[in-house]
Amino acid sequence: MKLDARIPSGPIQEAWAKACFDMKLVNPANKRKHSVIVVGSGLAGGAAAASLGELGYNVKCFCFQDSPRRAHSIAAQGGINAAKNYPNDGESVFRLFYDTVKGGDFRAREANVYRLAQISGKIIDQCVAQGVPFAREYGGSLANRSFGGAQVSRTFYARGQTGQQLLLGAYQALERQVHAGSVTMIPRTEMLDLIVVDGQARGIVTRSLITGEFNVHIADAVILASGGYSNVYYLSTNAKGSNVTASWRAYKRGALFANPCFTQIHPTCIPVSGDYQSKLTLMSESLRNDGRIWVPKKKGDPRPPNEIPEEERDYYLERRYPSFGNLVPRDVASRNAKAMCDEGYGVGKSGLGVYLDFSESIARLGEKTVRERYGNLFDMYQRITDENPYKTPMRIYPAIHYTMGGLWVDYQLQSNIPGLFVLGEANFSDHGANRLGASALMQGLSDGYFIIPYTVGNYLASNKFAKVDESNPAVQEAVTAVKTKIDKLLSIKGNRTVDSFHRELGKIVWDYCGMARTAEGLEVAIQKIRALRDEYWQNVTVPGSGDDLNESLEKAGRVADFFELAELMCIDALDRNESCGGHFREEYQTPDGEAQRDDERYSYVAAWGYNGPDAPPELIKEPLTFEYVHPSQRSYK
Amino acid sequence: MKLTLKIWRQKNRNEKGVFVKYPMNDVDPEMSMLECLDVLNESLILRGEVPVAFEHDCREGICGSCGFVINGVAHGPERGTTACQLSMRHFKDGDELTLEPWRAKAFPLVKDLVVNRRALDHIIEAGGYVSVSTGQAPEGNTLPVGKEIADQSMDAAACIGCGACVAACPNASAALFTGAKITHLGVLPQGEPERERRALSMVAQMNAEAFGNCTSIGECTGVCPKEIPLEVIANMNRDYVCASFKRREDLPTPVAPVLQHT
Repeated sequence: MKLDARIPSGPIQEAWAKACFDMKLVNPANKRKHSVIVVGSGLAGGAAAASLGELGYNVKCFCFQDSPRRAHSIAAQGGINAAKNYPNDGESVFRLFYDTVKGGDFRAREANVYRLAQISGKIIDQCVAQGVPFAREYGGSLANRSFGGAQVSRTFYARGQTGQQLLLGAYQALERQVHAGSVTMIPRTEMLDLIVVDGQARGIVTRSLITGEFNVHIADAVILASGGYSNVYYLSTNAKGSNVTASWRAYKRGALFANPCFTQIHPTCIPVSGDYQSKLTLMSESLRNDGRIWVPKKKGDPRPPNEIPEEERDYYLERRYPSFGNLVPRDVASRNAKAMCDEGYGVGKSGLGVYLDFSESIARLGEKTVRERYGNLFDMYQRITDENPYKTPMRIYPAIHYTMGGLWVDYQLQSNIPGLFVLGEANFSDHGANRLGASALMQGLSDGYFIIPYTVGNYLASNKFAKVDESNPAVQEAVTAVKTKIDKLLSIKGNRTVDSFHRELGKIVWDYCGMARTAEGLEVAIQKIRALRDEYWQNVTVPGSGDDLNESLEKAGRVADFFELAELMCIDALDRNESCGGHFREEYQTPDGEAQRDDERYSYVAAWGYNGPDAPPELIKEPLTFEYVHPSQRSYK
Repeated sequence: MKLTLKIWRQKNRNEKGVFVKYPMNDVDPEMSMLECLDVLNESLILRGEVPVAFEHDCREGICGSCGFVINGVAHGPERGTTACQLSMRHFKDGDELTLEPWRAKAFPLVKDLVVNRRALDHIIEAGGYVSVSTGQAPEGNTLPVGKEIADQSMDAAACIGCGACVAACPNASAALFTGAKITHLGVLPQGEPERERRALSMVAQMNAEAFGNCTSIGECTGVCPKEIPLEVIANMNRDYVCASFKRREDLPTPVAPVLQHT
């Protein structure tokens, strides 16, 4: 199979306008005759469902939560980037594009990233018009701040709750369409399979999480906006319900999964405190604007932080990266924290932590200003750790929180299955091997508000749709497969809980396919994952039945998919014999410990195709070419 | 430390519910309330019993999924804190904690501690938005918004839609929730054109669902994990009264309330 990314020819600046003009349009009177399914109601899915509803399409939107407003986009704290150049500090579309391609360590598609930067400004306009209460200056203009990995202030924010406010904007737009009758919202429902008829994505099989009822939904196009797969690690900053199931079932129906090993470790999370821990809590990266990261110069220093004098502290990021200091990109900050802890300089009970210290900012700006900027984050920290960050430095440690990999899509955000579109974190396209801070919200909304309304229309106008109903063999087969799997999980009745398997799986993936990877370790991980997966299908126990609310059953299906994904992540990481962005292979590093890319051999998107349960997946490469930003060794010194 | 959890167990709306006591012998004070329930559920599953159903997702206090009444207080004893962020260090060795679901007619029970809060979505659906379609927006800085106004709007917009305000109110009123959205949008210039229509429609939907009326008791703001101020209800009432005088001919029709579906 040869992948066609459908990138328009000609100058990159004109590409999106050209693509839009070349797209076919659906007559306004015909729009309501087309049905579109949207899976997920976060920034990408919510924005897509609302925008398609506004255009007049007949939309069904699904989420597993009790309300679309609960999608995990809501937890994003720091902000959203846009090339507005309000602060007059040198920002431009080209600079945002350049920074994003470089930040992604030259593993993203140039044309997609350029379009993202072009659209970024319109997103802010749209959100402002919706009533998103962005932070403002006294004069009434929109406020900006700088964010990890950037030297310009391009980030718009709403206190430490930007994701919440942007999501509520999309959710409200969605509810407006629900009221107008163009969108049907179906909450507490999980997509369990994709229906492909004659090579076209034509619908989904769902299970109601309240009644256990299976349903078939047929449509002319299916949009997946179901988020990322960080929960494969068990402990992550994702919501407990976040899962890979929708994407994974699409993969097993033929969609390609691209760059699964590109996962991002966020540098500023609250360290793990005990075995019962169910998730990790992220502290916004914006804290690095005013906080200074350090460890004691003496290994295992037992003194409390306030008693360690200034000259005995190692501000290692400022020391190693004088020009970016504490604002180096996430992958660099995370790797350095791990290195300091591995060498024995870590702090806290477990030794897995570094200090993030605000004393200097508080002295300079006053406690009131610091409280205004970060009050809710400081409160959250104190609630969890019982320590007051105004008085004593925070302890932080890296944690997994975002996955750059995802289903392969072309420039029109369509997967290799015609009619299956993938948006937001669920696709792979814009962040390469490392995402810059405040770029996820931008991508989700760009995909949902401004790209998919055009590209889905183009698809609907260019294709014919034969009538499909539930009696279609492809539909029957999908429903049977889903039911069989649920019955199987309920019937094993073994001796271990789903969570205990998930925890053990997560530990394997974190140890071998986390912040640092080796060929040897990945081989070990694949064996361990397979052995544990075999045990899972023999020995898991799922209580209760399939005909009412049963969270264990929901989790059991999701963990089964995580097992398969984990193996593919390791296979992908093993294939990529280079270090880039969040993918750090210990064998490939520069003399001073930075990631060493191999552009000659690995400047490609690794798109994996499913070949059945017993055959290895097939690797299909989409070569990446860089005409505008020339690959260089990333340097933040 | 040792604790006893006394939890409301109810298979579904049609069966009777009961309190069941579960002794917990090894509670780490660093755990969150939900992690304590996780530990209980793991042990119940291994004993072949059905685990306690409770709603949860982000566990960072922002998604609004979690919430139940702990010893008579929605989200428990800590101010401004959701159940997921409530640390067990706030309880003493030997305490008994009574956990029960939000009890309100407008929130029909689903199972154990889980209730159906779709009525809140209906209130937003009725008018909790600015009617601007994708693509219609002017340049972001065209309309200046003073910092104080933006802050006031943000204070109200911080609502997470958990429903604790309804559960805490003796009348099971959703006035704090509805007032928060009316205030968030109503004080901004972007929300001004629809301010009156919005108040009329949202209040009409709130009344159509099985929520009670506000009698200014203030329990709602006391338990609100985001500490939404009571003044949002005054804003709602003012907008509603003004709109009622001006727009008598333009009465909105509410959508069918949740109770009609269940």
